Amino acid sequence: MHDATIAQLAEALRTGKVSAVELAEHFLARIERFGGDLNAFITVTPESARAQAERADARLAAGDSTPLTGIPIAHKDIFCTRGVRTSCGSRMLDNFISPYNAAAVERLEAAGAVMLGKTNMDEFAMGSSNENSHYGPVRNPWDRDTVPGGSSGGSAAAVAARLVPGATGTDTGGSIRQPAALCGITGIKPTYGRVSRWGMVAFASSLDQAGTLARTAEDAALMLKVMAGPDPRDSTALPDPVPDYIAGLAKPIGSMTIGVVDDFFDDGLDSDNAQRVRDALAVMERLGATLKSIRLENIGLSVPAYYVVAPAEASSNLSRFDGVRFGHRAEGAGDLTELYMRTRGEGFGAEVKRRILTGTYVLSAGYFDAYYLQAQKVRQLISEDFARAFREVDVIAGPTTPTPAFPLGQKVDDPVEMYLNDIYTIGAPLAGLPALSMPCGLVRGLPVGLQLVGPHLSEGRLLRAAHGFQRETDWHTLAPPGI
Amino acid sequence: MCARFAAPNTVSLSLEALENLCVLSRLEITSGEMEGVAAKLSEIVTLVDTLQAVDTDGVEPMAHPLDRAQQLREDRVTESDRHVRYQRNARRVEQDLYLVPRVIE
Repeated sequence: MHDATIAQLAEALRTGKVSAVELAEHFLARIERFGGDLNAFITVTPESARAQAERADARLAAGDSTPLTGIPIAHKDIFCTRGVRTSCGSRMLDNFISPYNAAAVERLEAAGAVMLGKTNMDEFAMGSSNENSHYGPVRNPWDRDTVPGGSSGGSAAAVAARLVPGATGTDTGGSIRQPAALCGITGIKPTYGRVSRWGMVAFASSLDQAGTLARTAEDAALMLKVMAGPDPRDSTALPDPVPDYIAGLAKPIGSMTIGVVDDFFDDGLDSDNAQRVRDALAVMERLGATLKSIRLENIGLSVPAYYVVAPAEASSNLSRFDGVRFGHRAEGAGDLTELYMRTRGEGFGAEVKRRILTGTYVLSAGYFDAYYLQAQKVRQLISEDFARAFREVDVIAGPTTPTPAFPLGQKVDDPVEMYLNDIYTIGAPLAGLPALSMPCGLVRGLPVGLQLVGPHLSEGRLLRAAHGFQRETDWHTLAPPGI
Repeated sequence: MCARFAAPNTVSLSLEALENLCVLSRLEITSGEMEGVAAKLSEIVTLVDTLQAVDTDGVEPMAHPLDRAQQLREDRVTESDRHVRYQRNARRVEQDLYLVPRVIE
């Protein structure tokens, strides 16, 4: 049952072959069995899951269901969930019980999806390995001595290990696509503003975007269709109508022109990983797509531009954690400044502190123009490169990560090395573009991903290309050994 | 492309500069951590310093990734008073007010 996709489970629910309560119990038992070892969950919510599943069964019986009614899912612990701890992977919010639901949570709940729990993540979504969590690292189900990627590592590991068929995630610099690649699943980061950020703990507001982690493009389409759409509570949520992503999957990809950035295949990319990506591009070609070599002249600047913009915005967003209104509060502080400083010193982990300090540095008096403004100009150049490329090609394809999953502990003491791991994923959010990663093979027994990037609001096109690829290949059906 | 960027300058952040950043950020770093944090921050600043070499004359800084205006809504009250529920997450509340250390002697 747990090898079934969301689409298959929806059919089984609709035809009465299984009930939502049975599904919830089955996956809760799997979380019980594997969850501790993988450390994929921060909080499991069996009681509310059972209640939601009963309501889903009633809706199914009454003929008032959607394709997600009764489907078990998990939320990254960055999404506010009413009455349930929302920790964001931080000691700072270890005691925070959200008084409301995030927009994405609200929409999935309204569609009848059943939440089984909240997944582990890098603290405040800052990280590429899930080693920055207050609750300990998540382990990659393919090899427990390696990282699952981050920051949505708990969601990715949970989906890969068949603890849930789908989960939510967020992506600021690659936090959906990189863990999806390293765990062998399909993850999509939509266009900036496609999914409301309301109730999503803010990291870098001009980059943050919610998306999905699932095993197939079809499942990603089912979830995204529900999550996307306008929201008056988020002024950056796009007003554009949400297309029927599922109906669009049926169209062939034959006429697509796929751009390939030759510079991505240099020494920085593991040679076996490169070969899997080239093999995947050959499959696309066999399906009728045309490959075209392109250049993104300024893409090499995306890592330094990102590490100005994201920490700057983070230092501002995270100023709300003051120990007064919610979250951790230091004991025995003599004055207000001491309360702030000690609360934040105790509540935040090392990487979050580094980003706050970096952000404060680049925004401090005399440095703003040289760093933040300059980074926003470079961001404009990167964005213009993409726009030029999309006048010639429909999508851009390439590797998601430079290597398969790396060993736990390998990069944790070298932040810059860790940052460079995001080299292929950071460009898309800087330009607000949608991007998807899907499994395209194994390297030394570990999965690697093919990334597709499209123009603004081209989620349907990306999902269609991925679906076409997944009809021809079976990389997305591989399960980690022993799962 | 993935190799470490050839930085024109290596930036070295002094402990004094870090102390100032900690005050600006309202963030306590213990004295034992200061040197390690300064060293890692210096590496990060060296990385982002590579942007200085880029010619951006005449380039408009990005204001919105989709070059769109924000959605506006009618200016009217939509929220009800939920302070009791919200204040449940605060450690110290008295008479519906958040408590902080004394600020006026």
